[in-house]
Amino acid sequence: MKLTGAQIVIESLIKENVEVVFGYPGGAIMNVYDEIYKQDKFKHILTKHEQGAVHMADGYARATGRVGVAMVTSGPGLTNAVTGIATAYTDSVPMVVISGQVPTFAIGTDAFQEVDAVGVTRPITKHNFLVKDVKDLAYIIKEAFYLAKSGRPGPVHIDIPKDVTVAKTKFEYPEKIELKTYKPTYKGNKRAIKRAVEAIKKAKRPVFYIGGGSVISGAYELIREIVKLTKIPAVETLMARGVLRYDCPYLFGMVGMHGSYAANMAMNDADLIISLGARFDDRVTGKIDEFAKNADIVHIDIDPSQIGKVIPTKYPIVGDVKMVLEDMMPMLLEDIDPSRYDEWREILNRYKELYPLTYKDSNEVIKPQWVIEKAGEMAPEDAIISTDVGQHQMWTAQFYPFTYPRQLLTSGGLGTMGFGFPAALGAKEGRKDRVVINFTGDGSIMMNIQEVLTGYKYKLPVINIILNNNYLGMVRQWQTMFYEDRLSETDLSDVQPDFIKLAESMGGVGFNVKTKDEFEDAFKEALNSNKVAFINVAVDRREDVLPMVPPNSPLKNMLVFKDEK
Amino acid sequence: MRKIISVIVENEHGVLARVVNMFAARGYNITSLTVAPIPNSEFSRMTIMSEGDPKIFEQIVKQLYKLIPVYKVIESDDFIEKEMAMVKFPLKDVKDNLADIDALARCYNGKISNVNDKSVVVSVVDRPNRIDNFLKAMQAKYKNLEIVRSGVSVIER
Repeated sequence: MKLTGAQIVIESLIKENVEVVFGYPGGAIMNVYDEIYKQDKFKHILTKHEQGAVHMADGYARATGRVGVAMVTSGPGLTNAVTGIATAYTDSVPMVVISGQVPTFAIGTDAFQEVDAVGVTRPITKHNFLVKDVKDLAYIIKEAFYLAKSGRPGPVHIDIPKDVTVAKTKFEYPEKIELKTYKPTYKGNKRAIKRAVEAIKKAKRPVFYIGGGSVISGAYELIREIVKLTKIPAVETLMARGVLRYDCPYLFGMVGMHGSYAANMAMNDADLIISLGARFDDRVTGKIDEFAKNADIVHIDIDPSQIGKVIPTKYPIVGDVKMVLEDMMPMLLEDIDPSRYDEWREILNRYKELYPLTYKDSNEVIKPQWVIEKAGEMAPEDAIISTDVGQHQMWTAQFYPFTYPRQLLTSGGLGTMGFGFPAALGAKEGRKDRVVINFTGDGSIMMNIQEVLTGYKYKLPVINIILNNNYLGMVRQWQTMFYEDRLSETDLSDVQPDFIKLAESMGGVGFNVKTKDEFEDAFKEALNSNKVAFINVAVDRREDVLPMVPPNSPLKNMLVFKDEK
Repeated sequence: MRKIISVIVENEHGVLARVVNMFAARGYNITSLTVAPIPNSEFSRMTIMSEGDPKIFEQIVKQLYKLIPVYKVIESDDFIEKEMAMVKFPLKDVKDNLADIDALARCYNGKISNVNDKSVVVSVVDRPNRIDNFLKAMQAKYKNLEIVRSGVSVIER
């Protein structure tokens, strides 16, 4: 039997076991939406904005480890999706984005709602396709899902002209896919692994530098085991929070610009850095020339282009973190003496005692860090945490007690304000059993605030905790530190929404919080409300994220204390 | 440093744009670029000449491999390199020197390809640095030249 292109899209998504599509209809994608209407195998979540749809698919993918699927129309539908696609791309999130396109015969004529979609998404996708012939459609969808989740994952975009969704062909979904030009390396080279193990055993001050690749590859149990048995100190990047439990005695915290002093000094003083799926991002290394001057690098990454990109690497291993560690573990544990690193850990513990990650609590005003710690105490241990971007994001990364990977959903690479709330909704859709909390700021929450309605319609009760300082806080902090406190366009105190009314007008519930007691009450009520909740917490306006490595400074030059002016 | 890489890509929609975009997006130079399908296959061969230090080239090669339709990136110090150049002279300037020009072109695997009432066209095929020399010699002697270079093509020995 022959199917139309639109029917093939639906049947292919079913073959891929897609549970939910986040999207927004429009002219060019209408035939596909007509088929969505006729089926009941997967759910469609209608968002209020295409950006919301893509972030929801992203949050769903990050929380579940599955491929997120978003669907949009041509032209503005696709361009609205761009920020979401780029966000997923920089954080290696598996996603398939399907967009409508004007009919093939109209492509290139500046038709209504036409944009060169594959041209727009080319630099922000792992790969993209313009489907010119319905005969290729099923294969392309199969290939898209395969590319999205294999190797280093990422978003894949399929652009389907309207006439292709009408055209008919025989539907045959490929069972397997083999690409001549794409063969990711999962198994690490045995000799390279052996050399790395020898280096680790010889090192006096080794440190595990755990990155997002450890989360993606599902290596956390192995890493926990290896760290426990070798007692080698470990640090995490923002993307790796939760790989080790927050209370692991060998975890010295997050590394980088707002990492802990001990974690950054661990990198600074190490003689061997073992990178597990991290990529030496500029927010981690600080000034490159001064980074880890005495350290050799073991770099395990599935993406060869990350190895040696920033830092010369003595021990490169291309492969999946989990599979490489599986091979490494027996060799590594063979006559290793964990007491060998006692002195090194002692030094790091001294650093930790010297400058612990802390803040000065107050009884007059709520400190944002207190809110995060309190929420961490009150929320179930397995709660999913998303963030927007700015000060609250860093405080969350610093102070929330993360216990498992995929617990923190945050736009680490692109730094997309407006990510947190829709990502939380997508995560809730994928993990209905979990409490989902979005830490956000009074700046970020306004970007994609429209999605309260989506949360209401589909019963996705997520709790937004707004750490409200009436500033675009991170920019304000930089202005104070590096621009003599000239607060150019960052003071939001003159216009703030009434978050209670705003939430209520769209089926949510809101709380204004000015004291610690009020916060605890509001949090309990929000948990029980089963609605999208806004807890608008008035926090210390001038609190800074500390410690901090000033831009382009070496890690050891951290600003630890607030300069009292 | 000058370097030539030969890239075998799948012959599909947008593949040239992917390669060129990658160079542009990451700030790498393209000195010359030639592309043509490989006969009786689904592949095309791109020959790219670029400038940069070895670290940049390492990244270029890795980033090329990262593009899905890229099948193979060939780096070699032992390529046979060929480039074609065509030079057009106004007839009035060279009508007394045609024998000289033809003799010189022959040293560079070339000849006079066309003469009409306005101009003379010479084409030569040789290594890029030899093409440089030929063109320098021509430019030193004649004025009002129009020059077209094909960009380099290579094959491994």
